[in-house]
Amino acid sequence: MLQNLWDHRIACAAVVLFAIGFATLLLHRNLMKKIIALNIMDTATYLFLTSLGYISNRTASIITDGVTEMERYVNPLPAGLVLTGIVVSVSVTAVLLGLTIRLYQRYHTLNLDEIYMMAQQEQEEDT
Amino acid sequence: MSFCVNFPLFCVVACLLCAVISSVLKDKAARLVSMGLTLAVLLCNLFLLIYILQEGSSVTYLMGHYPHPWGNELRISILEPLFCLAFSCVLLLCLLGGRKHIKDDLREEKRNLYYVMADLVLSSLLVLSYTNDIFTGYVFIEICTLSSCGLLMIRQIGRTTLASVRYMIFSLLGSGLFLLGVVVAYSLTGQLLMPSLKASIASIYASGEYRTPLMAAICLITVGLCIKSGLFPFHFWMPDTYGCATPASSGILSGLVSKGYIFFLLKIIFDVFGTEVFYASGMQNVLYAFGACGIVVGSVSALRENDISRMIAYSSAAQIGYIYLGIGISGNLGVIAALYHILTHAMTKPALFLAAARLSDTAGGARRFKDLQGAGWANRTAGAFFTFEAFSMIGLPLTMGFISKYLFALAAFRTGVRMILTLVVLAVSTVLNTLYFARTVIRLYNKQETELRPCPMKKQASYAFAALLLAGVNVGCGVFVRPLLHLLSKGVDLF
Repeated sequence: MLQNLWDHRIACAAVVLFAIGFATLLLHRNLMKKIIALNIMDTATYLFLTSLGYISNRTASIITDGVTEMERYVNPLPAGLVLTGIVVSVSVTAVLLGLTIRLYQRYHTLNLDEIYMMAQQEQEEDT
Repeated sequence: MSFCVNFPLFCVVACLLCAVISSVLKDKAARLVSMGLTLAVLLCNLFLLIYILQEGSSVTYLMGHYPHPWGNELRISILEPLFCLAFSCVLLLCLLGGRKHIKDDLREEKRNLYYVMADLVLSSLLVLSYTNDIFTGYVFIEICTLSSCGLLMIRQIGRTTLASVRYMIFSLLGSGLFLLGVVVAYSLTGQLLMPSLKASIASIYASGEYRTPLMAAICLITVGLCIKSGLFPFHFWMPDTYGCATPASSGILSGLVSKGYIFFLLKIIFDVFGTEVFYASGMQNVLYAFGACGIVVGSVSALRENDISRMIAYSSAAQIGYIYLGIGISGNLGVIAALYHILTHAMTKPALFLAAARLSDTAGGARRFKDLQGAGWANRTAGAFFTFEAFSMIGLPLTMGFISKYLFALAAFRTGVRMILTLVVLAVSTVLNTLYFARTVIRLYNKQETELRPCPMKKQASYAFAALLLAGVNVGCGVFVRPLLHLLSKGVDLF
């Protein structure tokens, strides 16, 4: 059991990270913390994906010194996927931060519950 | 004619290009580009559908002619062009019918960006339907999330910003789970293209190894897409999102975006896991249970709501429940019913949002039922279309709503799976639907002392045209059912 856990230590770390992110996302009311949690979740997935593609004693798949044997290099596909994923999560984070700034300028707080209450009040005043 | 198979790729590239170009155009030019693009996509998909029907088999399109492990692929069979046709048609009519509100709700310098987002949504819907590569699917899921969030937050009032934050958080939770599921599936099989994934998963399943990770992948992918499409209990972002966006956005988000995710999920069930493995995982029972709960909870919430847009939004939650109920009935008939209901909802819900916005305009922007009394007399066009679409939602004969309820009942009868339960849920929800829609329609036609100012006809030409077309398609598909059902069942066989 312990040996098994040790063999898959990176996968375990990824699961723990993902759980931390997931719980923070659902439980915390602070918008910044939610955004950080989303990033932690994404990072956990990338860690898992990167560890899948890594084979010890091999190098990144860029041809160096004219060596073209496959045994010298790791599988480039997971790295490519991680890069795509990072681009996605950067853009998503940027949009979310932009929204957060707009909300903060309007309601002067980052607590989602308070913002929700204020928006509710606003609506009642309108009608 | 075989040139047609290039159309999906051309459409996607054209959408992305038009989005870039529209970002520097003026408001009106951007609108024309966007509408022309959507019309072109519609025609392309029509030709493609005719071509595929003539050929009678599905086509795998290799991008750049790179074969299997290296290249990216598109897959074209019957359902993909059919649904893209429907999606582009509804998108076009939403943009046309919601034109006035886009103009009123958005600041002038932001209006061209609205059409940029619409182009991006169209491109991601096309890719979600056509792609044969699960990771490309993930990338376009995210593009879809971002652009639909753009459609929502571009109307700058406090509530839309809050709604878009909530929408983003739920969507990102969903896509995070989906990505994790894809990674687990990749770690099991080493494949990302759907046909090779399906072959590897079938052999892994047959060998009996790795059952737990396989189940985890199925669960993660399904739950991720369920959260994104707003299945109960993840529907709480819906009323805020659909209730306060500009009506065209509400129509696009509820009628198209969530349907795109469901279509992609069906594609994954058929092309990645294979129905056998998926049904063996028991996930369909979970979908069935949450779908049934969603129908009842959504309808009850709609009944309790006293704001017209929010009521329609809660009714969306119920309709999503129907679609998952159909998938949960397990069997091709259930899936056909679900697919038909996707079309029904895509045709009906945008029309309801547009009509409701028109009606509330006549009442001076009020959206509470008590202020909308008599609005149906003041704005007869919108009132008539609202009533018609409400009938379609309830499921009166001659409309698509009737046929989809009939199909759900038929699927339950034929397969005999949880027959009584399905029928009871259908009956209960029809009663609830009737209650809240009849209440709304009666209020709309209730004469009251303070007369509302009648709306001049001239201002409504584009809306009336769009609503007429939506209603026409609704009646057309509701009366001439056989050809469409034939297409759907053939499509499910070819999926």
